[in-house]
Amino acid sequence: MTHYMDFERPLAEIEGKAEELRALARTNEDMDVSAEAAALDSKAASLLTELYKSLTPWRKCQVARHPERPHCRDYIEALFTDFVPLAGDRNFADDHAVMGGLARFNDQPVVVIGHEKGSDTKSRIDRNFGMARPEGYRKAVRLMDLAGRFGLPVITLVDTPGAYPGKGAEERGQSEAIARSTEKCLQIGVPLVSVIIGEGGSGGAVAFATANRVAMLEHSVYSVITPEGCAAILWKDAEKMREAAEAMRLTAQDLRKLGVTDMTIPEPLGGAHRHPQETIKAVGAAIADMLKELSGKKPKALIDDRRRKFLEIGSKGIAA
Amino acid sequence: MNWITNYVRPRINSIFSRRETPDNLWTKCPECGTMLFHREVSENLNVCTNCDHHMHITPRARFEALFDGGIFTEVKVPASKPDPLQFRDQKKYPDRLKAAQKQTGESEAMLVACGEIGRTPIVAAAQDFSFMAGSMGMYVGNAIIAAAQEAVKLKRPLILFSAAGGARMQEGILSLMQMPRTTVAVQMLKEAGLPYIVVLTHPTTGGVTASYAMLGDVHIAEPNALICFAGPRVIEQTIREKLPEGFQRAEYLLDHGMLDRVTPRTQLRDELISITRMLLGQPPAIKGDLPAPKTDKTPPEAP
Repeated sequence: MTHYMDFERPLAEIEGKAEELRALARTNEDMDVSAEAAALDSKAASLLTELYKSLTPWRKCQVARHPERPHCRDYIEALFTDFVPLAGDRNFADDHAVMGGLARFNDQPVVVIGHEKGSDTKSRIDRNFGMARPEGYRKAVRLMDLAGRFGLPVITLVDTPGAYPGKGAEERGQSEAIARSTEKCLQIGVPLVSVIIGEGGSGGAVAFATANRVAMLEHSVYSVITPEGCAAILWKDAEKMREAAEAMRLTAQDLRKLGVTDMTIPEPLGGAHRHPQETIKAVGAAIADMLKELSGKKPKALIDDRRRKFLEIGSKGIAA
Repeated sequence: MNWITNYVRPRINSIFSRRETPDNLWTKCPECGTMLFHREVSENLNVCTNCDHHMHITPRARFEALFDGGIFTEVKVPASKPDPLQFRDQKKYPDRLKAAQKQTGESEAMLVACGEIGRTPIVAAAQDFSFMAGSMGMYVGNAIIAAAQEAVKLKRPLILFSAAGGARMQEGILSLMQMPRTTVAVQMLKEAGLPYIVVLTHPTTGGVTASYAMLGDVHIAEPNALICFAGPRVIEQTIREKLPEGFQRAEYLLDHGMLDRVTPRTQLRDELISITRMLLGQPPAIKGDLPAPKTDKTPPEAP
């Protein structure tokens, strides 16, 4: 059962009709519906192309949040071998919104870290919907440190609505934890590459995405605040999220223009959630490319490269 | 409800309230409601003389009180690309900027200056909450980088006064990018072995707290300052419960280990002098009447 988004309703109707016809034919052997069903299929296919050819920024947000979109766990399972999850911040707890550990990527030992949103009600609650608490960032700092000391490249997969706005999270220093994670990203003398696979939500995303190379899936979003939050502040109306999404320039295409990301990874037609395996493969290829670019660089050169990259951000405007 | 409450009382009140605030000679403390004479307030660094409530203070006024003899030189901040996103909400971003510039007389939300405090040369940066809520965009990022570079060049400590509602919405992702950019600035100071002291003032929130404001060698906050990542309203909506009294206020953060000290504004200068001089291995500052500043110093630029 596919989960359709509101703008896909016409598509859902056509696909539903085709499915109905086929179901009818299965129970009634004399009926030949193949011609009609095929016609509906092609109509659905052209509508899908039409819909995804030029997704508005708000629709991209919806695609980026699609529950069936491949999540961090799916990428780790498919792209990495020998994954050894490492847990805990050695201070307070293990945050399940952040997963990470040692693994091999194309046989090379690496450290992989990412936000995990969960895939059903139970795991979503366990993962806190991908919203990390200070412990999650402190775990990431620990793992990055480990990678730095043993010369292992770090791969981060970003997919979070933002850091968790909770009482305990604030009391335990959410701000400080995020600041330290960003700082650690800038300090380690190993290649650090990041892929925004879904939602790049604010400080919670930056804490992992302060990398030498940042790639972004075609329909992912990356922003300073959610469109709903921005609309509530500037329009005084959270329902104005479409306008806000438009103004915020949060799409992969705009961010590439602004020089915030280094590459955009195309998604299969209809979005990553329709073709998870193909998407995961494309992300794997992008990670391999980014790591190759950085291989052989000395620790100092890698640190300088990262600093320069971020200091230079802002020289490009959207019009350029 | 009668004629007296509906008509007479409002008229009387309006006459009195008009008399209470002629030409901004009087300021009403937003906390205790006491009417304060403007000179009394500014001499007390915008701290209420009745209840010690800390009102906002502009960077320029703060620097005049902070630096010896009120003398400081502004550090030039590289200009940033204007309106990089061509952002428009209900108003155009350039129009909002112009309105803020007109209202404050400042070009942007941060002032960077060089000068001496208790004969200790420092670089200071202060965020201006009255300028678009002090929000952090490209300019503020550039200002912090410029401050750090100046401090490294002159081998001086950097004292930073933070005050911001968070990131500058109108610069979208570029405002978010100031988190790593300002973190690079902090690293420059640390690598040069220079003290970096943060004074967190009301309010310091969002991406500002989650980057340069929480990476200081010493964290001092002004009393009752709101310091947080997510604001109290957002948290109440998320967890659907009332937050405890004083939550996310300076004293609460001190209790939870996020700050070194909470210090009233009127005592900050002396404390900053002591701390920087100790970190730099210098003898204690001379207390009391200091000799007049040397005349070859550059006078402050006209505001």
